[in-house]
Amino acid sequence: MAGVMTGFGNFTHAVVRAIPSSLAKEALRMNVLDVDLVKAQREHEVYVGVLKHKLGLQVIELPADESLPDCVFVEDVAVVCGDTALITRPGAESRRKETEAMRRALKELDLNIVEMSDENATLDGGDVLFTGREFFVGLSKRTNQKGAEILADVFKDYAVSTVPVTDGLHLKSFCSMGGPGLIVIGTSEPAQKALKIMQQMSDHRYNKLTVPDDIAANTIYMNLPSKGHVLLHCTPEEFPESAKVSTHTLCTSTHTLCTSTHMLISVLPQLLATEYCIFVVLYAYVCRKYPCTLS
Amino acid sequence: MTTEVGSETEVKKEPEKTVEQPAEPERPATNQTDEVKVVEAAEQSNESPALATDSAKPKENQEEAQPADNATGPEGEEPPASPPASEKKGISRFLPPWLKRQKSQSVVGPKESQVTPKEEGGVVLVKGEGEGEKAEQAEAEQTSLTTAAEPQVEEEQVNGEAEPEQKEEVNSEEHAENHSTGSAETQPAKEEKASEKSLEKSAAEEEETEGGEEKKDQEERLKPEGGRYFIKSPLKLTKKVKMVMCHVIMLDGSQFPCEVEKRAKGQYLFFKVCEALNLLEKDYFGLSYKDNADQTCWLDPTKEIKHQICNPSWQLAFNVKFYPPDPSQLTEDITRYLLCLQLRQDIVSGRLPCSFVTHSLLGSYSLQAELGDHDPDEQRLDYISDFQFAPSQTKEMEEKVVELHKTHRGMTPAQADTQFLENAKKLSMYGVDLHHAKDSEGVDIMLGVCANGLLIYKDRLRINRFAWPKILKISYKRSNFYIKIRPGETEQFESTVGFKLPNHRSAKRVWKVCVENHTFFRLMTPEAPTKAKFLTLGSKFRYSGRTQAQTRQASTLIDRPAPYFERTSSKRISRSLDGAPVINMIEAQDSAPTSVGNGREPGLELSSDSSKVEEEPSERAAATPTEGTEMKRDEPDSSQQDLDKTQEDVLKHQASTSELKRSFMEATPETRPSQWEKRLTASPATSMRLQAQGISDDKQKSNETTLQAAEVEIDEMVVVEEIRVAPKGSVTITTPEVVVTPVAVETELEKPEEEVIEEVKEEQKRPVSVSSESESEEEAGEYHPQVTVSTSVEQIKEEPEEEEKEEVDENEEPEQVAEPEPLPEVEVETMPSPAVVEETPMAEPETALVVDAPAEEERTEDILVTPEEAPNGHAEDQPGLVAVEEEEEEEEEPRVNGDASHAETERIPQVICCSEPPVVKTEMVTISDTFAAQKTEIATKEVPIVHTETKTITYEAAQLDGSGDGEPGILMTAQTITSESLCTTTTTHITKTLKGGLSETRIEKRIVITGDSDIDHDQALAQAIKEAKEQHPDMSVTRVVVHKETELAEEGED
Repeated sequence: MAGVMTGFGNFTHAVVRAIPSSLAKEALRMNVLDVDLVKAQREHEVYVGVLKHKLGLQVIELPADESLPDCVFVEDVAVVCGDTALITRPGAESRRKETEAMRRALKELDLNIVEMSDENATLDGGDVLFTGREFFVGLSKRTNQKGAEILADVFKDYAVSTVPVTDGLHLKSFCSMGGPGLIVIGTSEPAQKALKIMQQMSDHRYNKLTVPDDIAANTIYMNLPSKGHVLLHCTPEEFPESAKVSTHTLCTSTHTLCTSTHMLISVLPQLLATEYCIFVVLYAYVCRKYPCTLS
Repeated sequence: MTTEVGSETEVKKEPEKTVEQPAEPERPATNQTDEVKVVEAAEQSNESPALATDSAKPKENQEEAQPADNATGPEGEEPPASPPASEKKGISRFLPPWLKRQKSQSVVGPKESQVTPKEEGGVVLVKGEGEGEKAEQAEAEQTSLTTAAEPQVEEEQVNGEAEPEQKEEVNSEEHAENHSTGSAETQPAKEEKASEKSLEKSAAEEEETEGGEEKKDQEERLKPEGGRYFIKSPLKLTKKVKMVMCHVIMLDGSQFPCEVEKRAKGQYLFFKVCEALNLLEKDYFGLSYKDNADQTCWLDPTKEIKHQICNPSWQLAFNVKFYPPDPSQLTEDITRYLLCLQLRQDIVSGRLPCSFVTHSLLGSYSLQAELGDHDPDEQRLDYISDFQFAPSQTKEMEEKVVELHKTHRGMTPAQADTQFLENAKKLSMYGVDLHHAKDSEGVDIMLGVCANGLLIYKDRLRINRFAWPKILKISYKRSNFYIKIRPGETEQFESTVGFKLPNHRSAKRVWKVCVENHTFFRLMTPEAPTKAKFLTLGSKFRYSGRTQAQTRQASTLIDRPAPYFERTSSKRISRSLDGAPVINMIEAQDSAPTSVGNGREPGLELSSDSSKVEEEPSERAAATPTEGTEMKRDEPDSSQQDLDKTQEDVLKHQASTSELKRSFMEATPETRPSQWEKRLTASPATSMRLQAQGISDDKQKSNETTLQAAEVEIDEMVVVEEIRVAPKGSVTITTPEVVVTPVAVETELEKPEEEVIEEVKEEQKRPVSVSSESESEEEAGEYHPQVTVSTSVEQIKEEPEEEEKEEVDENEEPEQVAEPEPLPEVEVETMPSPAVVEETPMAEPETALVVDAPAEEERTEDILVTPEEAPNGHAEDQPGLVAVEEEEEEEEEPRVNGDASHAETERIPQVICCSEPPVVKTEMVTISDTFAAQKTEIATKEVPIVHTETKTITYEAAQLDGSGDGEPGILMTAQTITSESLCTTTTTHITKTLKGGLSETRIEKRIVITGDSDIDHDQALAQAIKEAKEQHPDMSVTRVVVHKETELAEEGED
């Protein structure tokens, strides 16, 4: 039987949440650009379609909640690894209720649910980078030390290292896993700085895939039983330079199968170990990137 | 002497003796059947006796064993034996127990052959790997010669310091006797042994001679009796040697009682335990004990147990000390099994945190390994409750365990263990040794020492990590622990990160653990050997065992059939305790010895007596391996098997076992490299080290290499050893054969600086290592990693220190200077002045002392004597926090001895004061403040400046054996022995050099007297010097350096 810590495990499920119409006006933003709600919703549909039909994942679609404008970013409200799901306590007060729907959904998947009940702790899933061997938690505006400690307590098998995130919203705003042992990283100074820290803090060696645009570093790597290695990444139309790098590198050097979608997607790496695991929480990072690319 | 009397008399006299007797009889079976009976009876009666008797027993047994050995296989021993001459005796004191043992063992009669010492020493030096190994080899030889002898030998080795000597002597004597008469009496030997131990060498010699006579007489008497020898010897031993009963908690939870001499070294006990376990890959393990603060400490194998253990009960635990990152690379299943046991402990105790699933999975493998396939018929779910899988275990977990257990069907215990380890090794806290500390801002953190480096945790989060390659220096001062970090790509300066430990002891403990882990996992070979010559004076502590690379290499030579051992769960422990026979388990399979011992003893003694160790004479010797059985697993079967086996079988087993051991032990560390090692160190470095360690041939030739090596070492990180101190005085006494020459360090230093560089290069090899070591010594080990550290809690202070390379260069220069000059000067110029300075070892330490003193003194209590360090940033580094500029300067200087002078000049003045040592009356007494480069500068300045607090006094007589001399000298051997007592730590470095047909033996003794004002340092110093002279009557004292540090002074200086 496979060991408990088998890296990314196999991805079987995806959890997504529809985009509320309040997203355009009320969602938290890093900048002031308007979001093209219609385009976002269209992209989201395509995204879900890729997950369902192209990748064959079991997609659990949570309904949008107009009172939670940011609810589409499901990655932030739960961290799933192995058979355990940590329901986070998002750093933004307005997002705390997003966890309820996610909790229910994950319970149905028979995961071991752990709540982050400490009121001093905040953690956004977007700050949690799981590499398959360990966690990096960005200490950002949304995530604090206490939140990271709780995560470390929940996933005892893994080393949990903290990485200061001074610029940008989340740690995974500029990086993500592109495959086992492969970190996709942006070229910005904060991104490179964070990468160095991660490399120093780790007992493991990671290859890095540097893409010109930080946003393009948002990829979703999945290990699918039927498809093998899959990487969701931004479309060449949006980030031609980055796409070139990633497709070229990934397609040639790794076993990665490039599945191109037209949306920017990030994934919370869900590593499910062994048979226990099962799934993947996917969240669409959409908005964060939309401002730049939409309209 | 009641040797003749035999068991009965003995019994009457002392219960212990009686005990011994029983053991003896068994072994000697041939000779003493009658006696045996008596003995047995005695044993039975004796068994009841208190532990004290037990303690005595082991010794007796050993003695007994020795005689038996003699009788059985004296022949083999004789040839090899080249008795140590007077020199030996003198040196012997300094020599580590094992060395002595070896010598004695190898040499038929110590008395007879005196010449050998050099050769022996040389061997030792070259090998350098492990004391134990050597001893083992010796043992192996003996064993091969005589099966019976093996156990004895082992025991001797095990005994380490105290016992070994005695035993050795005994053996040698016995051997001699045997040769002459055929049988030797133990009593004389015992007496001799005891005398030697207690008395000085000279005394020992006399005794030996006397003993020899006596022995002959005794032998005559005894020969016929045979068995009696044993008895007698025990008596003697008991009389002279105080035995202490140790209780070692094994990994399976069982208690392993072991009686050792009160003066036995850690190594002796450790070997006994490994022997009992039938463990060959023992380098991953160690013995731990709780100090007064209930902190777990590792027993230093090179030091006497009594000086380390605080608790009166001598409670120890056998534990994994170095967790192999990849357990699958271990050679033997038994090693993996023991690692599994350790990890189960770690898991249950919470030291190794796991998730629920991991707990369950690991637990299921444990079940599979111990119980085999899941038995569906066995509905008892409670069978699981006997096992503990997690700190807090729930029914749910147990069910999960069972569920997983079912999936392991068909898996052998070994496979289950392997799977267990494959999963456990991935856990983030696998093999991480945590220590509480505070960062520079007073925030609570944890320091985690592991195979890859140093991890910094805040709560459960990793906030920083310093890989070994990034650490340039590790040091500690008072309650502070520092690491110097190699500058990053974009950084120009090294940084030093400081941590505050709860107290001085904890700081030292962390430092030691770091030094050991770094050496074990990152270096090809231990630094100690290399540095030995130079380092001698300065550094005290080093990892003396084999590195992972070495042990792996050695493991490849293991070709014995997989030893049988029983996997015992904690629940079974009780059983194991019951049956002595159990012991056999391990041995049973292959090792005849075990079986032999088991067969007979098991029932009898094993449980009670055998466990104690003792081992007995020939038979037991064979059994020695079995002794491991003492561990007591329950394996009636094995024991039975053993019993069944005939003696012949046993002998065969023994022989084979001994061979195995020998081969295993012989595998030397020097071999280079595994990939890992290669990576770690530049090949040059490795070579360098090797050279340095083993041979200091042509310094010039090797110069280049040496330089490289030096650099390499530095880059990699030198482990620093510390010197304790604070308000202590450290006295370095060098007694070389040559006449003493007082040297004016100052002058020498100056010269060296310019000229030296070139010369030095050659010498540097040693120096390099030395420097690094020295540094470590003072403060501790220092690593210079990159700045990156900053993120974490640690303070990242940028020091103006030069880059490593620079440092290296400097070091080289200084070293060169010191070494080259010293060697030539010393040897050539007997008296004088310069020579002294140059002795690398001496000089460095001394310099270090001097240099350090200022910096260190100020900062901390500890006085580190590190040549480089002191001057260097290390000492300064720590201080560095305080004064960067100074540090930089210092660092540079320190690194290079010559450089040091610069730094010294500034600092030295403050620190160093010249004064004559109170007691020292060497032939030539030269008082110089500092040694080597530093000395020169220091001296000049020092004189003027007198700090009451710090004083450095140097009496020098030049002498340098091949070690650092500019002259072409061939290093025959180099040994460093460290002994530690409550308030004094003595590091003895013995270097034998062959120069122009003349052989020189130089002994450097560094004595650090640690204590508060309540200690009369002068008196202690005087006593130390006196003892040194007494110990080596045939040698002259060439140089005495007294460095006295007082906290006040230090502070003021800084």
